[in-house]
Amino acid sequence: MATPTIDASPSTPSSHVADHTNRRWAIGWIIAAISLWAFYKFALDSLPTQVQDLVKQWLPLTAVNEAIVWVICAVGLNIVVGYAGLLDLGFVAFWAIGGYCAGWFMSNFFYQVNIHFLSAANPDAAGIHINWWLVLIMAGSICAFFGILIGAPTLRLKSDYLAIVTLGFGEIIPQIFTNGEDINGFNLSNGTKGITPLDPISVVPGSAALGPFDLGTKFLLFSLVVAFAVFVSLRIREGRLGRAWLAIREDELAASMMGVPLMRSKLYAYAVGAFMGGLGGVVFAVHVNGVFADRFNFSISIILLAMVVLGGMGNVWGVMIGAISLAWINSTFMPELGETINDQFGTEINFPSYNYLIFGSILVLMMLFRREGLFPETRNRQILHEQERTEVEDLHADLEGSAS
Amino acid sequence: MSTAQAEPRALSTTNALLAEKITVRFGGLVAVRDVDFSIPEGGIVSLIGPNGAGKTTFFNVLTGLYKPSSGHVLLGDEDITGQPPHSIAARGMGRTFQNIRLFGLMTASENVMVAMHSHLKSGLFGTIIKGPKQRREERESRDMAHELLEFVGITGKDDEYAKNMSYGDQRRLEVARALALRPKVLLLDEPTAGMNPQESARFVDFVHRVRDERGVSILLIEHDMSVVMKVSERVTVLDRGEKIAEGSPAEIKANTRVIEAYLGKTGTEGSAR
Repeated sequence: MATPTIDASPSTPSSHVADHTNRRWAIGWIIAAISLWAFYKFALDSLPTQVQDLVKQWLPLTAVNEAIVWVICAVGLNIVVGYAGLLDLGFVAFWAIGGYCAGWFMSNFFYQVNIHFLSAANPDAAGIHINWWLVLIMAGSICAFFGILIGAPTLRLKSDYLAIVTLGFGEIIPQIFTNGEDINGFNLSNGTKGITPLDPISVVPGSAALGPFDLGTKFLLFSLVVAFAVFVSLRIREGRLGRAWLAIREDELAASMMGVPLMRSKLYAYAVGAFMGGLGGVVFAVHVNGVFADRFNFSISIILLAMVVLGGMGNVWGVMIGAISLAWINSTFMPELGETINDQFGTEINFPSYNYLIFGSILVLMMLFRREGLFPETRNRQILHEQERTEVEDLHADLEGSAS
Repeated sequence: MSTAQAEPRALSTTNALLAEKITVRFGGLVAVRDVDFSIPEGGIVSLIGPNGAGKTTFFNVLTGLYKPSSGHVLLGDEDITGQPPHSIAARGMGRTFQNIRLFGLMTASENVMVAMHSHLKSGLFGTIIKGPKQRREERESRDMAHELLEFVGITGKDDEYAKNMSYGDQRRLEVARALALRPKVLLLDEPTAGMNPQESARFVDFVHRVRDERGVSILLIEHDMSVVMKVSERVTVLDRGEKIAEGSPAEIKANTRVIEAYLGKTGTEGSAR
């Protein structure tokens, strides 16, 4: 094959356009995150009390931080579902494993040993205390390992069967933690009591530990984790591996015939997705200051899937918006709406219990009317919404093509 | 550029691909029985036969989709029998599909770049960090994709989704994608399906050009006899899983067994299948 000449250099506009859009979105997010933080830190207290109460009622910072956890996990799931096209119904497993990593490495749970490493915890405390940035990496890696472990025997399955296996995996892992109080005398997870409290975190090793009410700083730190997840997603998407994933999503057989190793590429998708699930798990554990086995149920997997579908499979930015809005509906909007209405009319309707009605309806409605999500990746918009070309139009295009 | 008629040039004695005693059984059914087959270096050969003759099965053995029940396949000097499709592809076996199988929601150049997968080196971390080496590799592969697209006659459509391209362009894009593997052997599965006679005639020139300029050996499965007779230097005929004849187009035309099995009976090869 002839070596490409330098003067030809037809670097395509598409990559530039994609870079451009990504940059715009990224800047938008950074501005939004910083102004939200600044608003809470500086502006909120000087507002009239009524406005303050309203903000605290409808957009408390703790709900924002929780939404960030969802964003991290949804971005991870987007790699598996949106990029590689592998339906995963058990993503909660990685969230749980990540959470327990935080529990194990950032508390006095393993009181038998005494390991400290750059942690903000009391240096005399028993147990394993590792700096939370390192725990993030460790949890991510452990989850990636489990992703490969579950993927290796199952990724040969066709889509529906794979979904069922992941469903099982998502049930098994939380069950192990729920019943992991006494595994041959070894306490893995403290059972339903969970592991709490966790070590306080600090911005950098050695700096002051953040108190439980320093939600603003935590918000900024969590946002950094989001930024990392998004950055990694976008970079991989534009590279060799991302192309392989998309090719697998489009036509598995053709991809393998073009030299794309199916198993290895899919395992990578699983591992990278699981890594982000682990990050989300740690951030969640830090956010709620503990891990509790009963929090990790099947519905989390489904909500995550709804977030990815709502935002637009494959588009990281859309998925983020989907995750934030659903997380907010879940954590704040429905309970508060319920309280307001119940106060007003003296009813006793349990609004949050209707959450799943809403998420289910969203999934159904999206599938019926807007399959590509609210913010589709440009490429998805084309296939999922436009009419296929008719044969006559095809013929026409061919004639034009051969005439020129 | 060569003329439409294959010039009587001597076929190379070294084989780009050699399949020996290939047998494929599906339960009790023998789809392919004891077929010997070779593609000479730089040659253009065709595989023909009536419906159900085992052509597609044989093709799938070559590309690694099926494992032969017995026999083995050599690509160059390497034994590729039973290897998974992706590693056979990476060793130099490119193919197109009878019913076009492009990656519809990827651009033309991305389609081509997918097939460079096995030649590119950037790993997971390299892609994330995107150092100068990765940038250069990406740029080079993009340029190479552009060059390949131009070679097959698709210009200025690098960023168009494969889905939106015209039928003719999609066929050409498939060839460009297969060539990105830098194949030793290029398998074309009914490449003129859906083409009109003029397009088919132009296609014959195109096949010669691919062979001459890209240095690949070519195997065609084709129903259009006029194309087969014009383009091939050697024709192999399968019938009911067995090889019944092999020789130059002229010899095949005159072979009574072939006429009995195939040409004489249907007479409408173009629309068959």
